[in-house]
This record gives sequence, C-alpha cells and structure tokens, in this order.
Amino acid sequence: MLLTRKAEFSASHVCVNPAWSPERNQEVYGNNANPNGHGHNYLLEVTVEGDTDPVTGMVFDLRELKEILNREVVDPMDHRYLNREVPPFDRVVPTTENIAAEIWHRLEPAVRRPNARLYNVRVYETADLFVDYGGAGAGH
Amino acid sequence: MGVPVQVTSRYRFAAAHRLDTPALSPEANRKLYGKCNNPFGHGHDYILDVTVDGPVDGDGLVVNRAAFDAVVRSAVIDKLDHKNLNVDVAEFTGVVATTENLAMLVRDYLTAAWTLPAKLVRVRISETQRNTFVWEAQ
Repeated sequence: MLLTRKAEFSASHVCVNPAWSPERNQEVYGNNANPNGHGHNYLLEVTVEGDTDPVTGMVFDLRELKEILNREVVDPMDHRYLNREVPPFDRVVPTTENIAAEIWHRLEPAVRRPNARLYNVRVYETADLFVDYGGAGAGH
Repeated sequence: MGVPVQVTSRYRFAAAHRLDTPALSPEANRKLYGKCNNPFGHGHDYILDVTVDGPVDGDGLVVNRAAFDAVVRSAVIDKLDHKNLNVDVAEFTGVVATTENLAMLVRDYLTAAWTLPAKLVRVRISETQRNTFVWEAQ
C-alpha cells in the first residue's frame, strides 16, 4: 500500500558552482544561475510504502506524518534562502535533484517503522518540472 | 547503489485529429469512435510529460534543462503543435490518430533524436483531463 502526503514550502535559491565562470554557470543552470537568486513555491509529495496495521487500519499515522514533514522540511526550508540558511546548500548546489535527495535523507530515518518505509520523494520546482527520488524509478 | 532519480518535464501542444479507419464502414467507424469520428475533425490541448532517469552528475543534475527542452521542442512540439495530425503529420497516413498511437509516435520521435546521457523512461500524454496514456520503458 502506498500513501502520499503533500506539503509546500516557498524558498529562494541560486544554482551556481563557484569554481566556474558566469558563462559556464549560465550554460549549465540557465536562468537558475542569475546571481542574486530567485524563488519558487516548491510542492512536495512524500510517498510511504507499508502494510496496513490490522488494528488501526492505517499504513502510517497521518498526523504524525504531517508533523514529521513540518519538522524535517517545511519549518527549516519555508521562507528561507536555501544557499544561505539551509545546510548543506551552502556547499551543495540546490538543484531540484539535490533538494529531493536532501529531503529523502531527512525523512527516511524519521518515517522508518516495522511496517512502513519511505518510498518516494517528489519535488515540484514549478508546475512543469518535478523530480522523483526513490521508488518511482525502481525497476529502471 | 544509488537511489533512482527521475526528472519529469511538462510540455503542451494543440492539434486537430479525427479517428477513422478505412478498415471499417462509415457506420462501424461512427459506432466505434463516436464523437471522435465527426467528419470535420476536432482538437485538443495535449499535455506531454517526458521523464528521464539517470545518475545525478557532479553539477547536481540528471539532465541539463536547456538540452532537455531543446530535444523535446525540436523532435516533438515543432512537429505537432498547431497541426492537423491526420493531414500534416505523415506518420498518421494510414494510421489512426488515437492518443495511444500518438504516444508511440512521440516515443519514436524522441528515441530517434535522443542525444542526452539520461535515459528516456516515460512518455505520458493527456488528451483531456480525463484521458491519459503512458508509455514506459521496460
């Protein structure tokens, strides 16, 4: 059984490798490299895989999942400048791929249960661009 | 072993089509395809989601966004947007322009033009908000 919960956070970022020239950064990251940063309303979809508990009828306590998402992701990232305020993005380029990976690593230990585990993290940077980290790519 | 990472990008194109097969009588076509068989055709705002899979490189990317957009635009959108699929798209000569066949054509267009290091793993086309068709790499 798969269970998905959404959360949103708004944050600014800039994608720049400090070792490169401005031209090289534009070539790789496009307008995401504009030096003073910009923002997105990130949409997060977290999917937990597990067996339905025979007593509660639930795969995961939804209130607890909401609290975990708020504690691990929304509270530290919402209305923040990722590069300046949210490690490891002071040294890791905050591409959507790297943001999805960081969210995975924050959530994975927090949602691990005898009957459930983190299955997939989907991060929408815009309505037209999203990254899946984890189970959505399994089998490929 | 790394965790699989996929990037999906959404594109749009508007096109006309009519579902009609010469293998069947006009009555049988009307019965099979219903409104989609109306003789003068009709159109949709198609939504295309293309998914690639691959390792995150040293730049923090699975795929360069500009290169991804460029290949989808030149290989697919430029050929289909504001076209009549039955009339303007040679591959639909003798092939019914169902969205199943359209999804396979988009897969073929992308495969033929593919130069990106990331692997093409999914093509998803919505004809309307209620009808979606998916091709996935095995």
